[in-house]
Amino acid sequence: MGKWTRRGLITAGVVGGGALVVGVAIRPGNRSPKLAPLVTEGDESLIGAWVKIGSDNRVTAIVPHSEMGQGAQTALAQMLADELDARWEDVSFMEAPPEDAYANYLMGRGYLLAGKRIPGPLIGTVDGVFLQVAKVMHLQITGGSLSVRATGQYGMRAAGAAARELLLRAAAAAWSVPVTELSAAAGRIVHAGSGRSASYGEFAAAAGRMTPSDTPVLKSRPEFQIMGTSVPRRDIPAKVDGTAQFGIDASVPGLKVAAITQAPVFGAEVASVDDSAARAMPGVADVVRLKDAVAVVADGFWPARQALAAVKVTWTEPAWEHVDQSQIFAQFDSDMATAVKEGKEKTDVSRGDFDAGLEAAASTVEATYRVPYLAHACMEPMNATVAIDGNACEVWIGTQNPLGTRYSVAAALEMDADNVTVHNHVMGGGFGRRSIDDAAVQAALIAKAVGSPVKLIWSREEDVRHDHYRPAITSRFRAGLDEMGNPIAWENQYVDKHEPAEAPHIPYAVANQKIHYADSPTHIPFGPWRSVDHSQHGFFTESFIDELAHAADQDPYEYRRGLLAEAPRHRKVLETAAEKAGWGTPVEAGRGRGISLQASFGSIVAQVVDVTVVDGAVHVDRVVCAVDPGFAVSPNGLAAQMESGIIYGLTAALYGNIEIDGGAVTQSNFHDYKMVRMSEAPEIAVHIVESDNLPGGAGEPGTPGIGPALTNAIFAATGTRIRQLPVGQYDLTYSVEESVEVI
Amino acid sequence: MIEINVNGARHEVDAAPDTPLLWVIRENLGLTGTKYGCGIAQCGACTVHLNGRPVRSCVTPLTAAAGAEITTIEGLARDGELHPVQQAWIDHQVPQCGYCQSGQIMSAVALLAENPRPDDAAINAAMNGNICRCGMYGRIRKAIKSVAGVQTFDPAAAAAAGAAVTEVRHG
Repeated sequence: MGKWTRRGLITAGVVGGGALVVGVAIRPGNRSPKLAPLVTEGDESLIGAWVKIGSDNRVTAIVPHSEMGQGAQTALAQMLADELDARWEDVSFMEAPPEDAYANYLMGRGYLLAGKRIPGPLIGTVDGVFLQVAKVMHLQITGGSLSVRATGQYGMRAAGAAARELLLRAAAAAWSVPVTELSAAAGRIVHAGSGRSASYGEFAAAAGRMTPSDTPVLKSRPEFQIMGTSVPRRDIPAKVDGTAQFGIDASVPGLKVAAITQAPVFGAEVASVDDSAARAMPGVADVVRLKDAVAVVADGFWPARQALAAVKVTWTEPAWEHVDQSQIFAQFDSDMATAVKEGKEKTDVSRGDFDAGLEAAASTVEATYRVPYLAHACMEPMNATVAIDGNACEVWIGTQNPLGTRYSVAAALEMDADNVTVHNHVMGGGFGRRSIDDAAVQAALIAKAVGSPVKLIWSREEDVRHDHYRPAITSRFRAGLDEMGNPIAWENQYVDKHEPAEAPHIPYAVANQKIHYADSPTHIPFGPWRSVDHSQHGFFTESFIDELAHAADQDPYEYRRGLLAEAPRHRKVLETAAEKAGWGTPVEAGRGRGISLQASFGSIVAQVVDVTVVDGAVHVDRVVCAVDPGFAVSPNGLAAQMESGIIYGLTAALYGNIEIDGGAVTQSNFHDYKMVRMSEAPEIAVHIVESDNLPGGAGEPGTPGIGPALTNAIFAATGTRIRQLPVGQYDLTYSVEESVEVI
Repeated sequence: MIEINVNGARHEVDAAPDTPLLWVIRENLGLTGTKYGCGIAQCGACTVHLNGRPVRSCVTPLTAAAGAEITTIEGLARDGELHPVQQAWIDHQVPQCGYCQSGQIMSAVALLAENPRPDDAAINAAMNGNICRCGMYGRIRKAIKSVAGVQTFDPAAAAAAGAAVTEVRHG
């Protein structure tokens, strides 16, 4: 996995910023002369924008997404290699350089257009516009489970197919035969008539000089050879022998290490600093005062941290410095009530006539749910290394947003972005946290202040207390059921809408729906957290539909299934999970089984949880997960992402609780911000239900459904309905009266 | 100067005696495979072997390591050949982000050295100090059992149940 170096760019004197590279297909024109200096070395030839081939037949896919363990780089290389008809053994990949030319406009389009489908003839125009927008927003983000379903589907496959066509054309010219007489397979081109054959490498240079087709012919699913296979991930060997280089492992000559303390109350600033004791401590080079933080720079992290403890800082006192968690939830209630009272509800979904539906209902059900703030707690704490040399700056970091980091650092240093180089590393967890570049900006300011290269490492305490949190939300429901118990009216009001827009929507057939929200801003910084709004709304809607089933005295699985006649993909996934989990078989006393269904990021996931509750202690015994990803590029990779998303969501449901007290975060480290560990990890079975749909996401869709499946199971086991997460704050001590419960 | 023995090599280290071994390994010796995760022995990312026993190097002062045989993730392979636990981690495609895996592997190697055929309870006890935020506990458990030679996977039954994909090494 090569790394792009700035040197190549400067020597060649080429700026890639004006090139439009990413395309739904390959965009017209040959941009490889402009881009080649950015990514090639030796005798490699860049063909199109996303693949380079050496004379030795080595194929390198240039992937515009970063690696945080989701395996996207391997999956994207698979997609390109398959369409190229390369030999998988010859294929490797490198991460695209953080240049505008490689900006990920699909992310921008997905968010800016809220995932609307664009009519085919307009794609070129619309995408051209949105590439510009994405560039302005500096989006080269890995997130939104978009790597495979957007970049892979529209970018990498088309690039591979286009490169294959160029190689065939180059061979036809070299051998003076019609291109129609040639075939390509396993990295070689064959002319059946003459028996001639040669490897791709022999034609790479000639192909690199040609203009790729903007409408390459893609394979149909039965023709896939590499896509759909569980190839081993290429990043794994370096992750078992200690050689993988994370951002925190970066090293440059003359490096100093910085430890930082940030204003405990968000928005507070440094009022005064007494660093006299700290400056006298061994190994300390400097103490740097930032607007809202103080950093000690020393020979190593330990002396820096020791000295930081000796710095006396006072902070300004913002108006919200006494805000606590209960006030925030009270504010949500108040803002929701005010919105209704003043008729200022913001409409999310309006279908049928909710009031009339409720009027006609035989019975009504109401419930209010709450979820807390959550930190990401990536295993690798936030860090960045920055070296400034005159008017140029280099940054070593693991980031989901390398291009954004480049621009943020440039702005902080008042430097031209062309003079800032970002070296992106594999990330020790991202989950959305590493799309925010606060540590890089701090490191740049500290390096500038001390005049030497600096590696800034946040302590775990800083990491937990200065995250951009998954927002706390209150969500209120009211439903009307007909005589049969079926829902005919569904109202949901919640606070604060972010992304994706469809997160609060339900797949169930309810004729009259009124989904609306109220804004209720707080001073707590928030950001994307694995599955974003789905992580909260999956819990809300899948808890409430379960409550409706019980109110109707119906089986929660059959109740859901009965409302999915118009959603066959959803229904099939739900049925698969239920069948594989043995839904309906007896459950022993003290145990319970719960189910959930949540579609997100283009994939549909159903989960069945078996739980045991003994003396109030919850143990998750088993999770059965069914997922319809459309098409699974790497089945094992998809299964791994489901397993990962489930444990991530399970930690949140059982323990996750960032509490605000005095305007600041109470928790600080893994002793009070607990994680699921080995002994608590359930057996997880993943069943893939492929459909004809385009590939869906993998990194996020596993997370939303585990919380409600768990709490629905706890209800089945104990009769206690969990309406506020985490589960750990409930007293579940109880006695079971039934010897056997049949679900 | 304090002398420590890491992966069979002796080093003279110029650091304060209370410096955690973690930072000496990472910053003084440049062995960055051992990771910082929490600094309070809660996550296990910094696990190394001290005379064959797993310790959290983030709370092990340099003085406590002087004179001991220290092994880090970089010292597991022999003559370019991976330790069987490392190979099992590849075979089972265990790592995702990979940040915790040096510590996980060091804990697993120590477990298997002491208990060649650990049951689930033994695996829980030995591995509970190592957090994996990517949640790869199931794969870690399978990988450990594969090294132990314990059959944990019945392919026929899995195929019948439609179990999708998990590759498992039979050892």
